[in-house]
Amino acid sequence: MIDHSHIDEHRDDEGAKTGMWIFIFTELLLFGGLFIVYSVYRYLNPLAFHMAAEELDVWLGTLNTVILLVSSMTIAMAVTSIQLRNKRLTLILMGITVFLALLFMVNKYFEWTGKISHGIFPGSEILHQSSQGEILFFGLYYAMTGLHALHIVVGVAFIAYVMRLVKIDDVKHDDFVILENSALYWHLVDLIWIFLFPLFYLIT
Amino acid sequence: MYSILVFFSVAATLGLLMKLELIAPGKTIMGAQTYNSFFTLHGITMIFLIVVPGLPAVFGNFFLPLMIGAKDVAFPKLNLVSWWIYIIGAFIALSSQFFGDGAPDTGWTFYAPYSFRTGTNMLPAVTGAFVLGFSSIATGINFIVTMHRMRAPGMSWMKMPLFPWALYGTSWIQVLATPIVGVTLLMVVLERTLQIGFFDPSLGGDPILYQHLFWIYSHPAVYIMILPAMGVISEIIPTFARKTIFGYTAIVVSTLAIAFVGYFVWGHHMFTSGMSGVALYTFSILTFLVAIPSAIKIFNWVATLHKASIDLQTPFLWALCFLFVFMIGGLSGMVLGALSANVHLHDTAFVVAHFHYIVFGGTGFAFFGAIHYWYPKMFGRMYKKSWANIGLAIFFTGFNTLYLPMFFLGMTGMPRRYFDYVDRFHGPNIISSLGAMLMISGLIIIITNLVRSTRYGVRAEADPWKGKTLEWTVASPPSLENFDEIPVVTQHPYNYD
Repeated sequence: MIDHSHIDEHRDDEGAKTGMWIFIFTELLLFGGLFIVYSVYRYLNPLAFHMAAEELDVWLGTLNTVILLVSSMTIAMAVTSIQLRNKRLTLILMGITVFLALLFMVNKYFEWTGKISHGIFPGSEILHQSSQGEILFFGLYYAMTGLHALHIVVGVAFIAYVMRLVKIDDVKHDDFVILENSALYWHLVDLIWIFLFPLFYLIT
Repeated sequence: MYSILVFFSVAATLGLLMKLELIAPGKTIMGAQTYNSFFTLHGITMIFLIVVPGLPAVFGNFFLPLMIGAKDVAFPKLNLVSWWIYIIGAFIALSSQFFGDGAPDTGWTFYAPYSFRTGTNMLPAVTGAFVLGFSSIATGINFIVTMHRMRAPGMSWMKMPLFPWALYGTSWIQVLATPIVGVTLLMVVLERTLQIGFFDPSLGGDPILYQHLFWIYSHPAVYIMILPAMGVISEIIPTFARKTIFGYTAIVVSTLAIAFVGYFVWGHHMFTSGMSGVALYTFSILTFLVAIPSAIKIFNWVATLHKASIDLQTPFLWALCFLFVFMIGGLSGMVLGALSANVHLHDTAFVVAHFHYIVFGGTGFAFFGAIHYWYPKMFGRMYKKSWANIGLAIFFTGFNTLYLPMFFLGMTGMPRRYFDYVDRFHGPNIISSLGAMLMISGLIIIITNLVRSTRYGVRAEADPWKGKTLEWTVASPPSLENFDEIPVVTQHPYNYD
């Protein structure tokens, strides 16, 4: 790596993207800690995890997976359309992404309230009567999907902020690194869900 | 931006001084609970607020751009954000002392299950540490991108000075390890608030798993503390030896080796927690391995001094003292790394002495060395050298009087984290406490001298130490954008021929 161009201007897209990638890496490690805890406890309580996972609604989970995958696609399309100088289409695509994200949250809301109305939440009576493995499973379920939902909220705020920048032409066809970074972040949120979905819903 | 950075340096330094005031816990003036919360507070503030961010945040933000010939770091705004996060985190952590049901009493390690069973005010302490993690990550990302993108023309990786190299290794550890402890502390928070049974045995959790997750971060974290310190020493020694550093490549490689191997030794904090034999041997061997790169550096520094025309100035004396205490700390670390000795010495004062020789002796001495080295550059004035040397002598004597007896106490069985002890430990404890007072008085001299000199010191020229790295080519203190014209680098950083 002897030759490298020196960056003397105040704008450095490559640097901004590098920073974003490293940040995404730290996010993966953050969830990695929870994945480790999940795998340790699954290994210790295979049967209870199996039973508890049957409680979750696979269809709701699948629906949310599809929603997130489509939203990832629309934000990627938004990145392309800004380069084609189509401001209106960019805004529409970003709007769809935000809408799908909110839809995801609505689904999540129904899923969680459903669980809670059945008395399955951390510290509840019913859960205290179940086996320790089931307590752990639902504890992890709430913690991991909850943390993920928090990331969805942050992602929506980020994309909404960039939408404003697009609107006032701060983000243009030749200066769109922040849009690209918000899309990268959104792909990360999607990616984590792709792992959460089979771990909680599919492996039974 | 630079005014904020300078303000930040000053604020962090002042923060350090306030915390230092709090250290010396008298052994007869307080009860057990107070003592417990004192060592917890001492640990939290020292580790999370001072030692981890100290060198990178204070000197890194100021000198990294200067030393690689850049006008600023890559993301100045992110830098400011990380400063605010730091302040917020510090506030949250310290508020645990004043609100709620009493100060936390778990020690800075927040071991489960006590951390969610204790009635004291754990929540803000843990949350504060969690928030501080973000600040650490932001700084790490910022430095990595800065070094990848903003080096001056001609400064290839192997022409980069060694302090930036050390920061590079540190930044990667910050980025890769901090999220793990972040999520672990988050789990403790959730456990306390929502009773999710991550680590609570009665809910099926495993407290040992907490220890693993905690040390996966917190062992690399000690390398976050020591690597920048080594970087500082690597700058000071060639400058005052008037000689190019011996084995530049070896130092760079050993920096990266420490950063890398440091990830795989966390188990040596848990030798008595009941791991399998294979795991014990593996962690023990890896612990010995990680000592090799540190030893390489020591040999390189000493070899640099060989046949050098040494200029005995204050920063250089700090560096020499660093070598002395760091060797003691490092070698006692080897004692602890050995399985059989560890079982005997686990949780004794020996560990405390070792830790303080490395982290306070290593990082602390390097921190003060760095202040005395870069002080004229940062403030444009020179401190009184005679007083600085006197302060150092008292500090150094006090330091050793304080911690050397603790090795002895640990060997003979005095446990750590107890406010009381049996009579036969009395003698060494008196010596140790006297040492603490001596050290603090040395510290007061040093700090008074430094603070006074910001106003009354003699104006410093651009290069008072005749250093060769880029920061000495600009005025003291540097202008807002560091360089009027970005320099072109053609030589190695320590070219004294």
